[in-house]
Amino acid sequence: MSEHHKENFITKYIFSMDHKMIAKQFLLTGMFMAVVGMLMSAIFRVQLANPGETSILYNLLPSTWLNDAGGLNPDKYLALVTMHGTILVFWVLTAGLSGTFANFLIPLQIGARDMASGFLNMLSYWFFFIATVVLLSSLFVESGPASGGWTIYPPLSALPQAIPGSGTGMTLWLISITLFVVGSLLGGLNYIVTILNLRTIGMTMQRLPLTVWALLITAILGVLSFPVLLSCGLLLVFDRSFGTSFYLSDIIINGEVLHNEGGSPILFEHLFWFLGHPEVYIILLPALGIVSEVISVNSRKPIFGYKAMVGALLLIAFLSFIVWGHHMFMTGMNPFLGSVFTFTTLLIAIPSAVKVFNYLATLWRGNIRFTPAMLFAIGTVSAFITGGLTGIILGDSALDINVHDTYFVVGHFHIVMGLSAIYGMFAGVYHWFPKMYGRMMNKNLGYIHFWGTFICAYGVFFPMHFLGLAGLPRRYYSNSAFPMFDGLSDINSLITFFALAGAIVQAIFLFNFFYSIFKGTKASQNPWKSNTLEWTTPVERIHGNWPGELPVVKRWAYDYSKPGAEEDFILQTEPLKDGEIEH
Amino acid sequence: MTNILIFIIVISVIATLVQIVRVSELLSEIKNKDVNEVTDKDNNTQGLLFLIVGFGFLIFVVWQMITWDHLLLPPASSVHGTQIDLLMKVSMGLIIVVFFITSPMLFYFAFKYRGKKSNNAYFLSHNNKLEVVWTVIPTIILTVLIIFGLKTWDNAMNVEVTESTKLIEVYAKQYNWTARYSGLDNKLGKANYKLVKGKNTLGVDMLDINSADDKMAREVHLVVNEPVLLKFRSQDVIHSAFLPHFRVQMNCVPGITTQFGFTPNKTTAQMKESEGEDFEYVLLCNKICGASHFNMQMKFIVETQEEYDIWIASQDNLEKKLLTQK
Repeated sequence: MSEHHKENFITKYIFSMDHKMIAKQFLLTGMFMAVVGMLMSAIFRVQLANPGETSILYNLLPSTWLNDAGGLNPDKYLALVTMHGTILVFWVLTAGLSGTFANFLIPLQIGARDMASGFLNMLSYWFFFIATVVLLSSLFVESGPASGGWTIYPPLSALPQAIPGSGTGMTLWLISITLFVVGSLLGGLNYIVTILNLRTIGMTMQRLPLTVWALLITAILGVLSFPVLLSCGLLLVFDRSFGTSFYLSDIIINGEVLHNEGGSPILFEHLFWFLGHPEVYIILLPALGIVSEVISVNSRKPIFGYKAMVGALLLIAFLSFIVWGHHMFMTGMNPFLGSVFTFTTLLIAIPSAVKVFNYLATLWRGNIRFTPAMLFAIGTVSAFITGGLTGIILGDSALDINVHDTYFVVGHFHIVMGLSAIYGMFAGVYHWFPKMYGRMMNKNLGYIHFWGTFICAYGVFFPMHFLGLAGLPRRYYSNSAFPMFDGLSDINSLITFFALAGAIVQAIFLFNFFYSIFKGTKASQNPWKSNTLEWTTPVERIHGNWPGELPVVKRWAYDYSKPGAEEDFILQTEPLKDGEIEH
Repeated sequence: MTNILIFIIVISVIATLVQIVRVSELLSEIKNKDVNEVTDKDNNTQGLLFLIVGFGFLIFVVWQMITWDHLLLPPASSVHGTQIDLLMKVSMGLIIVVFFITSPMLFYFAFKYRGKKSNNAYFLSHNNKLEVVWTVIPTIILTVLIIFGLKTWDNAMNVEVTESTKLIEVYAKQYNWTARYSGLDNKLGKANYKLVKGKNTLGVDMLDINSADDKMAREVHLVVNEPVLLKFRSQDVIHSAFLPHFRVQMNCVPGITTQFGFTPNKTTAQMKESEGEDFEYVLLCNKICGASHFNMQMKFIVETQEEYDIWIASQDNLEKKLLTQK
């Protein structure tokens, strides 16, 4: 690369413009936030199993978070729930997942030297980094961090008198999310431009690996929806600080009559969920893209129905913009509107079903090689089935009446969005670790990590459906105030047991990850015998990716076990033989 | 002290792990094979594990359905709720069937097609017929579900309000509920948040002719088989009125009045017979609203007309409560 400049420590590891390094920065920050978010969940799970009792885990908290008896206090319980949601949704599964794999895979898989703009890409990470610092700093302010739920519905989030977390904590939350949105927009625009303009010769859209398709669609979703969140947050800032009434009307809080009239909290919900629902797919689609790739490579078979897979992604993305109202069936909006949203929501089940069947068909008569990545990919499909199906209950407005905001919802979205996406992320890390660090992650530790996670995760989230069907609302500090929930304490203890065990299992992954960076066995150039372009780059990572000319693509990415070929994989750069049809 | 101990334990566990992994990798180096290469033996073990753990998970699901069945909400105590329950049974039955078809397929395929070095996978990139089949079948099933769902929704939300529909206001604030009965005229007097003062905790406009006979209470009494229309208001933040036994839920939004109409069809006494002496209908808050969100409740009582008449007569109306009593 002609403009290749000399790198020193700072330009190589800190203010790097190399997409591979930026990807790692996103990954490490995402992992750090995942640990923080997971510890938070461990702490509130302990509270839910033993309401009011003290725990050794509380040592991790600032002392102002505890009540006089040494137990967690209710405001701070809500703060933990809020921060757990914010961190996992935005920091881990949006930035951690898309940021890592879009940055890492897009240039490598389309045959580009780097992102369209390395500088914007660097800015994207540093906005994200500052957002992280601001968010974490809110944990240490006196009144505590934002605690009105990750959906920050006003008036609760607008009025510090309503809950202490809506003071400085909420201000920091809004600043942080603004920086976050700026970062993710810079990244997203870059991904789109790169995919559309920098594909190497021969890399037509029909030959793009599904990972890149998924990342492209994800980036488009993000670019279209995140600005709406920003404006939604901006209006909230106006209401909080400048006395406007976009979301506020007819309020008396702590005996004080507020002057605000004419605003509507429902407006906020519409704006929020216009981002909020596409956001679910911003989280899920990259994982499904990764899984398509990993399943195909390790089944040694082409992904079944490539075109249908792309079509399903596009359809899901399109529908995701016209279903946001299913989060709002119970707000009192016009029931007719509810009908429309029920209709569009349930339609999503069709492309989702197509995806599941295509995954099953890809496994069928495969020659499955169980790398840790493959285990997690199959885990994703399992979670996508289990969690996706309960969406048919929640998306149906009539049924939503009684399960809305109960633990049924918590179980549903943790499985379909949380587990699917985090399994997809693990699959991606195990699969591309050799490309990232030039070393292999330990296989056996990977196996233990998968089975431990798989068992514990279902142990945590599946029983939640039953809590929900028993009528238990989410975000309750304790379930002891209602005699009708007394029978549920055993289930809660069981969930907490699995949650803590599952958290400990993640230590195995962290250990394996950091151990392998430094001490793992050296990777070969193409350890999984894959077709895609990233495996044609040398093991030593260089700025510019390929030492000589850019590779030229001659075929699609999924020629595995093609009859007539010598090996069970054919690199994308391999020309078609005489008379060979592409696929 | 415990912190230091935990720290030491964690450090030693990590150190041990490093050594174990190191030793295993060195051993394989001596044997001259790559420790991280997936062998046929690995494929066998992992494939078998999918079969065992996968089906173990399915058994765990069945176990939960059997063991925890008695903890779930009893059948609906309202007319529209019965139809919701039916839709729930149908949808639940359907997703359970699909779950128990696709999940075992996934786990079984993982086991059955576990790899072998000597085997080859079957090259199959697409099959239009199959793909049409598994697009069309879900479409048909969902069409039926959507139509059934929309009918049920319409039936639940668009209740006919007649003369005999009893109007009751449910007023939410951090962290309690108050009910207001519409009195003999079955009309709720106007209210405005600016009028909230002293005993007039709901801001009822006493100059409105419909207000005088309204009655306030901290519990809601309903007459069995009589339709009721609940009107919801909130004083401060969004709350959600959730009455799980009646399959009723509606947000209470400051600045807006929302509503939900239904007809209870089982008295509290009947429910006590079937569900146990401790049974009470209860209204919960189901939208995060602050520190005591988890304890924001009000009792609902469904009774016969006679019982209701006695109770309502014992309550003072607002004219007496706000204007004459000092």
